[in-house]
Order: sequence, then structure tokens, then C-alpha cells
Amino acid sequence: MTVTNAAPIVTRRHGLPEAWTLKSYLDNGGYTSLRRALAMPPEQITQEVLTSNLLGRGGAGFEAGRKWGMLRKAQPVYLVVNGDESEPATFKDHMLLENDPHQLIEGVVICAYAIGAAQAFIYVRGEFALAQERLQAALNEAYQHGAVGEDVFGSGFTVDVVVHPGAGAYICGEETALIESLEGKRGFPRIKPPYFPAAIGLYGAPTVVNNVETLSNLPWIVENGGAAFAALGQGRSTGTRIFSLSGHVNRPGNYEVEMAKTTFRDLIEHYGGGVRNGRQVKAFIPGGASSYWFGPESLDMALDQDVVGKAGSMLGSGAITVMDDQTCMVRAAWRITKFFNRESCGQCTPCREGSGWVEKVMRRIEEGAGREEDLDLLVDVLDNIAPGLSWPPQQTTICVLGPSIPSAIMSGLRMFRDEFLVHIKEGACPYG
Amino acid sequence: MRLNAENVQRARDLIAIYPRPRSALIPILHIAQEQDGWLTEDAMEHVAELLGLTSAEVYGTASFYDMLFTEPVGRHLVSICTNIACLLNGGYELLEHAEETLGVKPGGTTPDGEFTLEEVECIADCGRAPCLAVNWRFFGNVTNDDFDTLLGDLRSGALRETVPPHGTLNRVRRDLTAWAGGVPAAQAARQQVEAKWAAAPPPVSSPAPATPPTPPPPPGQAPAIKDDRGERQPASQPASEQAADQAATVEDKGDTAK
Repeated sequence: MTVTNAAPIVTRRHGLPEAWTLKSYLDNGGYTSLRRALAMPPEQITQEVLTSNLLGRGGAGFEAGRKWGMLRKAQPVYLVVNGDESEPATFKDHMLLENDPHQLIEGVVICAYAIGAAQAFIYVRGEFALAQERLQAALNEAYQHGAVGEDVFGSGFTVDVVVHPGAGAYICGEETALIESLEGKRGFPRIKPPYFPAAIGLYGAPTVVNNVETLSNLPWIVENGGAAFAALGQGRSTGTRIFSLSGHVNRPGNYEVEMAKTTFRDLIEHYGGGVRNGRQVKAFIPGGASSYWFGPESLDMALDQDVVGKAGSMLGSGAITVMDDQTCMVRAAWRITKFFNRESCGQCTPCREGSGWVEKVMRRIEEGAGREEDLDLLVDVLDNIAPGLSWPPQQTTICVLGPSIPSAIMSGLRMFRDEFLVHIKEGACPYG
Repeated sequence: MRLNAENVQRARDLIAIYPRPRSALIPILHIAQEQDGWLTEDAMEHVAELLGLTSAEVYGTASFYDMLFTEPVGRHLVSICTNIACLLNGGYELLEHAEETLGVKPGGTTPDGEFTLEEVECIADCGRAPCLAVNWRFFGNVTNDDFDTLLGDLRSGALRETVPPHGTLNRVRRDLTAWAGGVPAAQAARQQVEAKWAAAPPPVSSPAPATPPTPPPPPGQAPAIKDDRGERQPASQPASEQAADQAATVEDKGDTAK
């Protein structure tokens, strides 16, 4: 056990009475970082974020500071906040938006100042009704307080922040699809190159797209310095991070822990209270439904982006789902496949058609009507979506939704092939 | 139904916020859905007029998104999650119970128009699985008994405050006093586009919108609305160098089409 008990950063105000109000935020040190930031040259803020090595908390884990530095030199510049949290079993941004919207707004204004954006759009997943209400109320308060709008805190810096609702589409979490959606269109990812948001983003302008949790870290980083953030964690995985723990554990929930020094076992046993009903871990999903699964032998692996990446999966969105020894892995893999089938935007043939075929084959096996050759058929179809079925995946599609489809099925086939065969040969599930 | 006067004003206020009017499309569709409970053809046509779009563009966008309904739904949209975290915690059993109790399958509406049931993908409340939402207000750790109680409370109106009728999403409106004359950044961005269009001949096939977009647009705005893709630069433009550098970076991460 290596529970470091690092003090939380982005969830430090959670649990305070009415933590989402301006009064509570100001009573607990809110908006002091913004005042400090506005007294710094913008480049110095970017430098602090580079020093912190803050990795994007959305899923791809790209260095936030580097993302800002890649902006094409042109005006206007836009900041777009990705609050379209939809990766299955991820529920951290939902909580951050509902419980501490001012922290996000402060981070947004700091970032807008650093990159020189006069307008920022917070794209909130459409389904998050309470989050939208609390964020808009907080934003109205922030305007009144002078923390957003014209001449922020008398600094001469002017910025407008907009709360923009989505309307229900997983694909809009992909940053170029999100930009399309923000432009009032279907959420179709753009092809890259040339449409990297930093070069050609919202309305063709250079754009930074950052995740809610990523930006929520900024007030702390400005207050304490990038080096203090980098002192937490290890290697490239610095700071703390929220992990969404779900599935067969006694205490599912969001836990903000020190990266790299905490392990999956710590999270599941110490924070999550262990597997329910005294059962054992059969497998766990380390980084959202798009990631390859791990078995119990990987429980002592660190919550380190690079370590997990080298082991053949990803920390992704920070969503860890535990499946106990009574779980039907065929059913679990089928359900995740169904998700990708429903959420494929339909632009690229391998993803649109392939996800439908493998979902049907998986359903057939799950229902006990599968054939032995179906297992090869699954691999064949998946190989056409993500050639080689390796990690990190190759792809035949515009975005990474396609190559996320194989993860669940291939994990199931590689780790629990016998279970698939029982379904096929006996026409029934060993777990009822 | 077409948008009523108050909602037309709300739509105009929204349009004024964005550098391109079309960005207001989805927020305005939420307003239309709040007004009627779903998106009627009249409402979509009206929204198209307000934005200078064709009704096909509006419908084509609306139909892409799960939350926007182009057919009537009940006053309460009951959305039950069955994705992985809920699957492991009885989501399907809860859905079955809901089907039996309401007497409809997912996608169906009860004859009294009170409830539409749907099976949804992860709604990001997995710490309280199995979970559901009614008109996008969330309920977690839902047992069959909880579900029955919830239906009773929704029917009796006991939850009227927490669960507004279907379509009502964000009840907190943007404070409009901050930028009484419009958002300067958005206005500047629009003027930039207008200047660009003034300097270049408009595209040959630019269909003129039936009704001028709002707020009162300066002349020459219509083509800019139609084609914000024109803002993007093709690969051969100066942006390409930097884009290519980034392409190389991201390719290392396996994040781009090969």
C-alpha cells in the first residue's frame, strides 16, 4: 500500500455548504489566483503550466502547456472547454461542474488571458442540466464580481465566457467534432491534418480545446507554482488526478489521488473499500470503455499514464471499472460494443459498418446462438477498423472512436476465450 | 408551433453572443423543445428563418443528436442507463421493471402521454449505479421500489420543482446586463468575416435566406452565415506549415488517420 494522502487540488472545496456559490468560493480563497495571474505576463503563465507538466485530463493526456504553445499566430484566438464528458463510467467533470463551477471559470479566464482569447466557450454535455444551471448562475455571479467581462479586476483584460449546451452525442467529446457541434452542425470529426484546432479550429481560427478538469487545476498552479504541482506524482504523470471508480466495489465514486504513486489496488481496496461481497477482481477497465482491460495481476500497476500505456492500455479518461469473478465477460464486451455502435457518427465506413457487424455477432454469441468461426470473424472485422489490433492502435478512420471499438472484444477474447467458447458450445452463459 | 415572441427574443439574444449565428442553433433548438416538449416542423422552420439556414440544415442537425426529438414525447422522459457500470449493478433489471410498470418498451410513450421510456448510454452518474434521469434530472442507486415511488411523485406533481417538463434544460438565463450592446469579441469576429466577404465575390450558389437573420444584420452578412467553412484554410495555405508540424507530433501518438 502506498497511499500518499496528497491534499486534493481540484476537489478541495467539495463538500462545503453551497460550494458552487460565489460567496462560498470567495470565502475559501476563490479568484485570488486570477488576480495574481493578471499581474503576470501571459507567457509566464504558460511557462508555469509547462513546468507543472499538467497532462490533459480528457483522455488523450497531451501536455496542456504544449497545446497552448502550438497556437497559430493569428487573431482571433478561441478557448473551448470540453465539458462533454461521455466516456462510459467517467463522471468526474459532471461532479466538478456541479460542485465547483467558479473554479472552472477562474481557470478559464486564466487560460484565456494566457493565450490571448477574447471569447471562451464552455461546451457542457447537454444531459447535464443541473451542471448547466449552476455554471450559468456562477458565471452571472462572476460577471457581477468583475472576474469575467470587460476589464477583468481592472487589469485591462476583457473576456466573454459562454455556457454552450450540447444535445446528446458521445462523438462530440472528440475535440474537432465538438468544434463542429459548437458551430451548429452535426458532430462530425474533422480530418487531421489539416484541422488541428491549434491551427484551424473554431470558425477556422486557432483554438485551444481543454478539458474541464485540466482547466480546474489552473487556479492551484498559479497559486502554488508549476514546480509544486510537478513535485507531486512521478515522471510525466504529475499532480493529482480524479479517478472515477465504478463497478463491483463497495464504495464507488470519484477519488482525487496523487498520480504515479498510487496504484490500481490502492484505489480499489483503500479508497473503494474492495470488491463487493468479498469477491475477487476478475478484470478491470483502466481508462474508460475505449481502453484495453487488465487482469488482477496488474492491480499493483501505478496510476501513471506512461506505465499504463506501455502495458498495452491507457489511463484514458480516468474511469476504472471493476468486474468481479461472477461477471459474464461476453456480456460486458457486448454492451461496450453496442455503445460504440450507437455512437459511431457514421462518417467512416469501417467504424459505421464494422461496429454494427461486431455488435450483431457479439449479441449472437451472448444469446447462445454463436458459431465457433464467429471468433475469427470478429477479429477479421476489427482488424479492418484498427489494423494489427495493437496498442496504440492504427486506424482506418478519421477519429479514434473507430480504433476504440476493438478494445473490449479483444480484451475478452484474449483474456477469457474459454468463456466465449462455453457460450458457443453450450448455448448458455456459465453465470446465468 | 413557431416560437412565441418571448422565445424569439431569447433566440435573438443567443445569436448576438456568437461570432457566427449558426452557433446558436443547438441552444435555440433546446428553447424550441422547451416550448413544445419536442421539435415541431413549424418550430424548426422558424429557427431556420431566424438563422438564415434552410430547414433541411436545421433538421439535419437536430436529427443527429439524441436529446432532440422530432416526434412527440411524454411530459417525462425517463432515461435508464444500461452501459457498463449500470450493467454491472442491475441496470437491465431496472429497465425491465420500468418496462413492466409503464407497459411500454424503450422508445414508447404511455397512452396518457405522461412517460416516454428510453434506454440510454452512460449518463455519467456511475458512482450511483444503477442510475436514471427524468427530463435530465438525475436519480442514483435506484431500486425497483424507488422507481415506483418516483413515478408516483412525478404523477402527483410532488417533484415539479426539481423535474421541470420535458424540454426545459437550463432554467438559469445568461445575465444580459454585462454586454448591453452585444459581445464585443463576437462583433469583432463578425466584422472580420464581413470585411473578408466584402473583398471577395460571394459564391455563385449562395442561397439567400428567406428572412434576414437577427439581430439586425449589416448588409452582406448573409453569405458569411452560409459558409463559415470558407473561414477554414485548406492545406495549401500558410497555416499548413504549423499544421504539418503538429501532424507529425500527433502521428507519433497514433492519433491520426493513416
